[in-house]
Amino acid sequence: MRKIELAEVTAKIKDMFIDACENIPDNVLCTLKSAEKREESPLGREVIGKIVENDLLARDKRLPICQDTGVAVVMLTIGSEVVFEGDIYEAVNEGVRQAYTEGYLRKSVVRHPLDRVNTKDNTPAIVHVKIVPGDSFRIDVAPKGGGSENMSVVKMLIPADGVEGIKKLVLDTVYNAGGKPCPPVIVGLGIGGNFEKCALMAKEALFREIDDHSPDPIARKLEDELLEEINRLGVGPMGFGGTVTCLAVKVNTYPCHIASLPVAINIQCHAARHKTCTL
Amino acid sequence: MIRMTNPVDEKLVRSLRAGDVVHITGVIYTGRDAAHKRLCELLKKGEPLPIDVKNSVIYYVGPTPAKPGRAIGSAGPTSSYRMDPYAEPLMQQGLKVMVGKGSRSAEFKQLLQKYGAVYLSAIGGAAASISETIKKCEVVTYEDLGAEAIHRLEVEDFYAIVTYDSVGNDLFEQGVKKYRKA
Repeated sequence: MRKIELAEVTAKIKDMFIDACENIPDNVLCTLKSAEKREESPLGREVIGKIVENDLLARDKRLPICQDTGVAVVMLTIGSEVVFEGDIYEAVNEGVRQAYTEGYLRKSVVRHPLDRVNTKDNTPAIVHVKIVPGDSFRIDVAPKGGGSENMSVVKMLIPADGVEGIKKLVLDTVYNAGGKPCPPVIVGLGIGGNFEKCALMAKEALFREIDDHSPDPIARKLEDELLEEINRLGVGPMGFGGTVTCLAVKVNTYPCHIASLPVAINIQCHAARHKTCTL
Repeated sequence: MIRMTNPVDEKLVRSLRAGDVVHITGVIYTGRDAAHKRLCELLKKGEPLPIDVKNSVIYYVGPTPAKPGRAIGSAGPTSSYRMDPYAEPLMQQGLKVMVGKGSRSAEFKQLLQKYGAVYLSAIGGAAASISETIKKCEVVTYEDLGAEAIHRLEVEDFYAIVTYDSVGNDLFEQGVKKYRKA
């Protein structure tokens, strides 16, 4: 058995959220820069140029990239030989609390969806746990903004809808969202599983690196085709029209019921902030 | 480049066209969901507003807390459609310019024509850069709302793009039509 101190987890979570909010990943920045070159609309190029300028300024002056520093999403991949003495969820929440209160990040969480009183420390986080063999412990975090999350969709298609049905749903969703989710976006797709599994897969898809590709040839083909088709929609940077609406499509899949074709679409804005670490 | 100061010139507002780039210098007010709700409740009760919205600019933003030595934290626009239900009562009071991001309802676009007002977009997610153009920030009212309180901002060369003008033009529609290849 391997014991991991909860204080270490808390400290790590705190650092990761502050860093994520201020420091755009290099591969996201590279993708934005090449998108700026590819964009056909002059206004679209100007908009992406301003986004790149912003991300560099945020990194340089240690400022949040976006004022929406999000809901704290945390994915823990825990080896079955790892033990914690105490409450791992509380350790994570304490890290989030410290990051958002001490790190000058915006508190965007309300304690109840209907009475809407702000918790003032951005807790609770949304925590997903996966158990794997061994004694490793990996933390993935993402501050997820509300604007793009609000444009996300879960739909139970039927097998007859097939790939064409999935594509239509994705294209309609991105087109109708227009400028609201702050395009150019990243589209995370969860296909298969069941109602809740596909939603989680769509989120996990957004945690993948922006420049990776699915190892599954069926998913990979769909990623490539959808990226091209979304960029033909004309939505463009911030919805002002253009040829770069989407930076990447990520497809994760899982076996499902013979009667079902669950599809979840999770939209990520251009401020694709996430951090990973292994303890 | 078009320069705008406050109080905004009604003739200038009416002359703006979708796609124009505007640089705003002067005072603007912030407000988002919760503050708008309170303002409209006051108007419904026939009570005066805590800010004079006549010929003014409202920016839909909830900034991050300011780091030491800075006027304001990161301060990019939030999605504007959530403020659509509150737009008309404020335009009735003379509000002329709203700044946010993303598309809004067809009804809202018609109201702009009715009241001679405009909707501008700031660049969503360019919050650190935008904060550099905000020189002063103070809470006017609703301090209990935190980031959602109404703030009075003094801005210099605040960059915005005319998105819906007062004669029915829509930059989103025009742009998407031009680049759609499907």
